Amino acid sequence: MTDISIANVAVASAPARRDIGLKRRYAAERRFRICGLLAISVGLVFLAVMLVSIVSKGHTAFWQTTVTLPITFDEKIIDPSNKRESNPNALVAANYPKLAESALIARLGIDPDNKPAVRKLKGFLSDGVRSQLRDIVMRDPSIIGTTRDVDVLVSANVDSAFKGQIDLGVDEARRKVSDQQVEWMNTLKSEGVMSGRFNTGLFTFGASSRPETSGMGVAIFGSLYMMAIVLLLALPIGVAASIYLEEFAKKSRLTDIIEVNINNLAAVPSIVFGLLGLAVFINFLGLPRSAAFVGGLVLTLMTLPTIIIATRAALAAVPPSIRAAALGLGASKMQMVFQHILPLAAPGILTGTIIGLARALGETAPLLLIGMVAFVADYPTTPFDPATALPVQIYMWANEAERAFVERMSAAIIVLLLFLMAMNMTAIVLRRRFERRW
Amino acid sequence: MSLLFVLAVIAAIGTVAFIIARQRGAALDRGPTRPHSRAHYHGWWAFLLATLPATFIFLAWLLASSIYLERHIIAQLPEQTADSPIASQSLSLGLVKSLANGLRRLDATKLANLPAAFAELRPRLADKRVALAPDTQDYMIPIAVDANRTQDRLGVIGAIAAFFLAAVGGIYGIRQVAERARARNNVERLMLWGLMAASMIAIVTTIGIVLSMLFQTISFFERVPLTEFLFGIVWDPRFAAAGAADSAGQFGLIPLLAGTLYIALVALLVAVPIGLMSAVYMSEYAHARVRAVVKPALELLAGIPTIVYGIFALVTLGPFLRDLSAALAGGSPFIQAQSIFTAGLVMGVMLIPVVSSLSDDIITAVPRALRDGSLGLGATRSETIKRVVLPAALPGIVGAILLTASRAIGETMIVVLAAGVAANLTLNPFEAMTTITVKIVNQLTGDLEFNSPQTLVAFALGITLFFVTLIMNVVALYIVRKYREQYE
Repeated sequence: MTDISIANVAVASAPARRDIGLKRRYAAERRFRICGLLAISVGLVFLAVMLVSIVSKGHTAFWQTTVTLPITFDEKIIDPSNKRESNPNALVAANYPKLAESALIARLGIDPDNKPAVRKLKGFLSDGVRSQLRDIVMRDPSIIGTTRDVDVLVSANVDSAFKGQIDLGVDEARRKVSDQQVEWMNTLKSEGVMSGRFNTGLFTFGASSRPETSGMGVAIFGSLYMMAIVLLLALPIGVAASIYLEEFAKKSRLTDIIEVNINNLAAVPSIVFGLLGLAVFINFLGLPRSAAFVGGLVLTLMTLPTIIIATRAALAAVPPSIRAAALGLGASKMQMVFQHILPLAAPGILTGTIIGLARALGETAPLLLIGMVAFVADYPTTPFDPATALPVQIYMWANEAERAFVERMSAAIIVLLLFLMAMNMTAIVLRRRFERRW
Repeated sequence: MSLLFVLAVIAAIGTVAFIIARQRGAALDRGPTRPHSRAHYHGWWAFLLATLPATFIFLAWLLASSIYLERHIIAQLPEQTADSPIASQSLSLGLVKSLANGLRRLDATKLANLPAAFAELRPRLADKRVALAPDTQDYMIPIAVDANRTQDRLGVIGAIAAFFLAAVGGIYGIRQVAERARARNNVERLMLWGLMAASMIAIVTTIGIVLSMLFQTISFFERVPLTEFLFGIVWDPRFAAAGAADSAGQFGLIPLLAGTLYIALVALLVAVPIGLMSAVYMSEYAHARVRAVVKPALELLAGIPTIVYGIFALVTLGPFLRDLSAALAGGSPFIQAQSIFTAGLVMGVMLIPVVSSLSDDIITAVPRALRDGSLGLGATRSETIKRVVLPAALPGIVGAILLTASRAIGETMIVVLAAGVAANLTLNPFEAMTTITVKIVNQLTGDLEFNSPQTLVAFALGITLFFVTLIMNVVALYIVRKYREQYE
């Protein structure tokens, strides 16, 4: 058995590796990774495209073309028969657009008797000059008879042309500004009296049928009103409910039902809350339609589950040792909750509240049902006056045909997104700064 | 006396009671033995005793007196006959009430010499910005004046009773301050009740949702048979003139339901793969630095209001796809500006962050040991994910998809702006279809008649939507909960 020669022993060599398809598997791995990257970039690219498209459409709305005209407050036009002492309405109903028109005629050096040229001036200035000049005169009637430089808005079409949004190469009959108007526009521009100013009206005006005098001031105000109502109602109720459920309620059938209920309410479509508001608050309780109060109530009910869920999480995150310590020192359970647990949970509660408020601020559907799609030109004074909200204003502008409204709508979206971003940032900063890890 | 004034007086009485009781409590603190409760608890107890009963009684009184007032007005109205100028008792009650409200705007001198004819009164009230229905009758004016007077008298009686009660309560609270008085326990018991009441609001809201929609739905089904609603394939509500006899219309749910489900399906086809893949990438592959940038960006996507997505679809994406398809087909576009595809695509993008954040939680909940085992056996990471992590997370992911689907079904603004209003039944994703939520909005914006089927159908649609989403949510939440328990 020992005569086996060395030579006969096979040289040990590694067996040929079984092909386990490593190459293929690594390729699959790479493909999978690329898929993941693609998926993320789809979301981000879409976000970027959407933001760029909105900003590119909307940024021009923050500038509005005005022309500075030396307006003579001619008594013959404002009050031809001199009745303003006896009849206060005389000043209200006066022909103010005529003042601006004559000033413009004089400025451009048109012969006032040249009727075709004067007619072409129609639609050059905004109809908003009527109320603008009226307000000047009503504030100080002694201005009648003098000449003042007034910044007057031009009409939406001229504004678009001034901003270069109207293709002047198109045949004159098929665009909204005539060649003559463009020529005047260029004259005024080169003389330096016509220029784009920051559009303060966008933030102060209410709804209007003319783009150049419509703004989102009333809508922002209505939104703030509703946010205040939501904050006043949802925060205390939400915190109280969470305290009860988290700290006091014994595990029972009832608390189980409440819990499931709250989780479900958080997932109920928002439009259902609008139906609830319409049926209960407006039809049954007889509250007025399109009032900020009703909107606030509906949004409160919608926000409550979010706040409750966030608050409960914040309360549960406070370690039991704090509770034990407070109780051990002789605090009652109520004192323990309100003096020890609640302050420690406050940052979490605040974060949840801000996120809930941000959701409520952007919510549109329920507000449509309670009649917030209303043409509201005046600022609401009480919560029961007709009001509108920023997203609803955006929706209403979306239904307008004119391009100047699209511009304003996009500007309103930018403002809304800025509001939301500010709120979300605050929430994130709060969470970062005050979050304690136990 | 206005409600606010009465409440303010009650609060003032309560505050006085609070101050006095607290002072008494503070005096006890300086006494020889330690009192049971701290001074401010005595104060709060006196405050609550003063304000709570008085407020409740006053509110109850207001409610009762408004009911009494209605009966009072109805009793004075002339007998209802077939040829009365006004069709129903409730209508004339409403007229008297709005007239009475309008009269409150007039000052005393104008009230003293009211004209007997409504035609004369109307312009005067219109001056005060009170718009009244023209069919208000002359004989209603004295009734309205009398109603106002009665209401004032009742209000004063109630207010005085409330003030008296508040004073009695406050005095009782102050007198109760004593060394052994358990003021803290009393206050805390009331606080507990308050907390409990707050937590009941969630239930009350749900009941409110169900009941409010149920009543309107029942009265809808009195006019339109249930089977016609559930199985009808034509949606044509026909907004006829209010009260016209031939305003029947057809209320078939099927086209709306089909549109809702079709758009939700397209949205899920976009959102689920992309959202799931991003969640996998974020939780398994991404560097911490990438995560720190991408995660907030995705959250930003989730925080954008849906109306913004809708407008993007309406203004930018819809026209773009239409022009693109026109260029591809050479001439006429095969994608309409408002289409299932556009709406579904945009809604899908909106849902990406929803899917990804839900599944991110679920994937991270899969225990480390499962991954390590698979990697240790030589599997690549993608194999581990595909064969171990995702199957383990499957129930949770199914729950997440269900939750997402319920969001898609209940989504309103995107479809209102991007899906169209025509109730078609079609399989072509490039045509317009409409959804339940769009129709709810359509039926309820504008003038409302709470007794016409055109308005009431919105509530029937709403309750359908509510129950469909409710079932999905309950199932989804149950699955997710079970899934979490499995790995805890």
